[in-house]
Amino acid sequence: MSATDLAIWSDRAVAAAIMVYALAMVCLAVTTARLRLARPAPAEVVTANAAMVFGPSATSADESTSGAAWGPGSTPTQGFLERLGVVLLGLGVVLHSAGLLTRGLAAGRAPWGNMYEFTLAASLAAAVVLLARIRLAAVRVLAVWVVGIVLLALGLAVTVLYAPADDLVPVLKSYWLVVHVAAAITGGGIFTLGFVASVAYLFRERAERRGAVPRDGLPSAGTLDRLIYGAHMVAFPIWTFAVIAGAIWAENAWGRYWGWDPKETWAFITWVCYAAYLHAQATPSWRGRRAAWLGVVGYMAFLFNFFGVNLWISGLHSYAGV
Amino acid sequence: MPAVPVHPTLRPSWGWWRWTWRTLVSMRTAVALLCLLALAAVPGSLLPQRGVASDPNAVPQFFVDHPRLGPWLDRAGLFEVYAAPWFAAIYLLLLVSMLGCVLPRSLRLWRNVRARPVAGPPRLERLEQHRSWNIERERISDARLAATSALRAARFRVDIDRDEVRAEKGYLRELGNLGFHLSLLILLVGVGYGKLVGFEGRVVVVEGQGFTNTRSQYDEFTAATLTDLRELTPFSMTLDAFDVVYANSGPNLGQPLVFDATVSVTKGTGAGAETTIVRPNEPLNVDGTKMFVTGNGYAPVITVRDAKDNVVTSGPVVFLPTDQNYGSSGVIKAPDAQPEGLAFEGVFLPTAATGTAAPISAFPDLQNPQILLTGYSGDLGLDRGPQSVFVIDKSNLTQLSVDAKPFQISLAPGETVELPDGRGSLTFERVDRFVNFQVAYDPGRQIALLAAILLLVGLTASLTIPRRRWWLRVVESQGSARVELGGQSLTRRSLPDRDLRRLESALAPLLGDASDSLHDDRRYAHVRD
Repeated sequence: MSATDLAIWSDRAVAAAIMVYALAMVCLAVTTARLRLARPAPAEVVTANAAMVFGPSATSADESTSGAAWGPGSTPTQGFLERLGVVLLGLGVVLHSAGLLTRGLAAGRAPWGNMYEFTLAASLAAAVVLLARIRLAAVRVLAVWVVGIVLLALGLAVTVLYAPADDLVPVLKSYWLVVHVAAAITGGGIFTLGFVASVAYLFRERAERRGAVPRDGLPSAGTLDRLIYGAHMVAFPIWTFAVIAGAIWAENAWGRYWGWDPKETWAFITWVCYAAYLHAQATPSWRGRRAAWLGVVGYMAFLFNFFGVNLWISGLHSYAGV
Repeated sequence: MPAVPVHPTLRPSWGWWRWTWRTLVSMRTAVALLCLLALAAVPGSLLPQRGVASDPNAVPQFFVDHPRLGPWLDRAGLFEVYAAPWFAAIYLLLLVSMLGCVLPRSLRLWRNVRARPVAGPPRLERLEQHRSWNIERERISDARLAATSALRAARFRVDIDRDEVRAEKGYLRELGNLGFHLSLLILLVGVGYGKLVGFEGRVVVVEGQGFTNTRSQYDEFTAATLTDLRELTPFSMTLDAFDVVYANSGPNLGQPLVFDATVSVTKGTGAGAETTIVRPNEPLNVDGTKMFVTGNGYAPVITVRDAKDNVVTSGPVVFLPTDQNYGSSGVIKAPDAQPEGLAFEGVFLPTAATGTAAPISAFPDLQNPQILLTGYSGDLGLDRGPQSVFVIDKSNLTQLSVDAKPFQISLAPGETVELPDGRGSLTFERVDRFVNFQVAYDPGRQIALLAAILLLVGLTASLTIPRRRWWLRVVESQGSARVELGGQSLTRRSLPDRDLRRLESALAPLLGDASDSLHDDRRYAHVRD
């Protein structure tokens, strides 16, 4: 098969992955909604439905004094839809991987040389991390949101960021591209799970703080807290490695290992945010809500480093163009 | 002590100092300082910065665009955020806070390692993991021995007390934590040392020309406080050729594919030049002084003759690229031309586009090279002080013109134009390429690399190694005996299952009926750190 054919197959696989992910998201969304709607009073259905769109809201939590409380101890019935959702997620990952692989073969290099490919690879990392942890009930509840982020990223990738498969500019021809960017992608994938759990935690914690056990279908704040910590604890050393590998590459390409280029600066900001999160975990006055916020801010910095810095700020990394 | 007498009660007391220190080294402050550090790093990425390589002209341009805001931002150090005192204040405070926290902690670790493992809580069944079994009296000491050897085999520190067997493992976690934090200090030393002793320079070299590593040969040289200019690594190099390949077709037409600089290098004062290829990501390294290809462009070779047909200037002139397709601008100066000095400014186009109103280049490679110039005559003002080689001072110059219209020069390589009023001629001989070399010498980079490795290893150890304690106790009552086993994680993560499995299989042959009780999520918060 020629490189052009491979590139076409890559695009097709990505399109198929998007469709399959979308179906997976529908299945998972219905499953999650069922958790929320388990034994609702008729009057509450509307509120819960409206709240579902924007995520678990405090309004419905306030109204709920009875109903299905979901904790780590009480696993919900493994519905057919949920299983179907997970299977579709797995199929999506397979198609997504095939898309990335053929893209790499078409270009004859690691498939993360421009924004389109990076988005493709990073969203795959997020989906793989999700799939690897799908056995945890708490992760299954959050799966719909992670798949949502993956779909959003893929949608952006194929519409706005798309670039045809081609060779790299000389400054990117280095095995450090493989190492440095792969680490950033892996770290980013795990941070995504941490981010979704952090946002869920912030809603859940608020609801729990207001008294009653909320009927929002979410795992307990304690479970989410452990999930966030687990994700960040794994992702942080990987991110650290990505930054160090980037510095080594920079030394080899530009003659200095750190030059406060906007990309470097935002990698540093991301690193410091997550370092602050890990320290906050060990500080009574910061643990919990404030720590979760640090995780959210860290993920925002990660996203800004990719989209904001590449699109709006000019710097030495500008060639990673659209 | 303050020179001005202060009221006794206002003078900071010992207690006040202690409170300040305690606050500074507390984890709470560390987290706040980390947040502040992240926040403080933001403006440097949004505003142009001095000394950041991508665009040296960005800061002056900002002053032109924002004449009122610029000076105020400058006063706050916002154009040199990462060298600003307030930025330094944050990370130095963070460093002090960190040391104040980490050093006592390592002292505690040292004492911990030397002391006996801690005694277990009165009720082992309230620990995170717990098992108990009935045991025959004569097997008690065997059970203790079996557990001890199982724990020792798992590399626990084991201490056998009269009542209980105590074991602890995972000190490497603390050691990793310590290593991680100290590595930050080492990193700062490496960065600082490099900044004190190293240097950075830039030099433009045209094909066929050379460069010798002495201060005067640099176009731009940033020396550090302690850089010894006499100690620059002695070497010289010649740029034999610079090969560039651009994508001729495909979606990214005009994208560079190859930048290969062939250079001959002579080390020291010795003879014997070595030829190597320098390209992006593959710098030339001469004993730690590295030369990087960071840019390139065209240097049209121009010869100017004056009214008496004397050659007044001849050679390659560097034209700086101004767009993606290497449309470049530059000036040619011939101050000694007779009867008056001559100067030219204009653009060079590697592939001059046809049929466009403005002169633009359509492709980065040399497909239809053309140079477009306008000329000036008069006093170039070179005796009045130093001038940029890229600008001409037009205050004492008049534009060359024919019939009251500016005289326009448009030449392809090999062509010559006669200047008006018999002032001489200008010949466009050929086009050479030039390469921007970035030269860097940073003796601190090995220290920084070492620190980075220590940082990564320490961090990984401190996050992944579980620190935990186990206790085995035998409780005798009314003729029967029970073995109690309890384990507790000292970190946020729960105990790894392998410990319990190992202990169970070691004890299994010695025990009677088991009465299991595995407690999860029931931990002593105070036991953990």
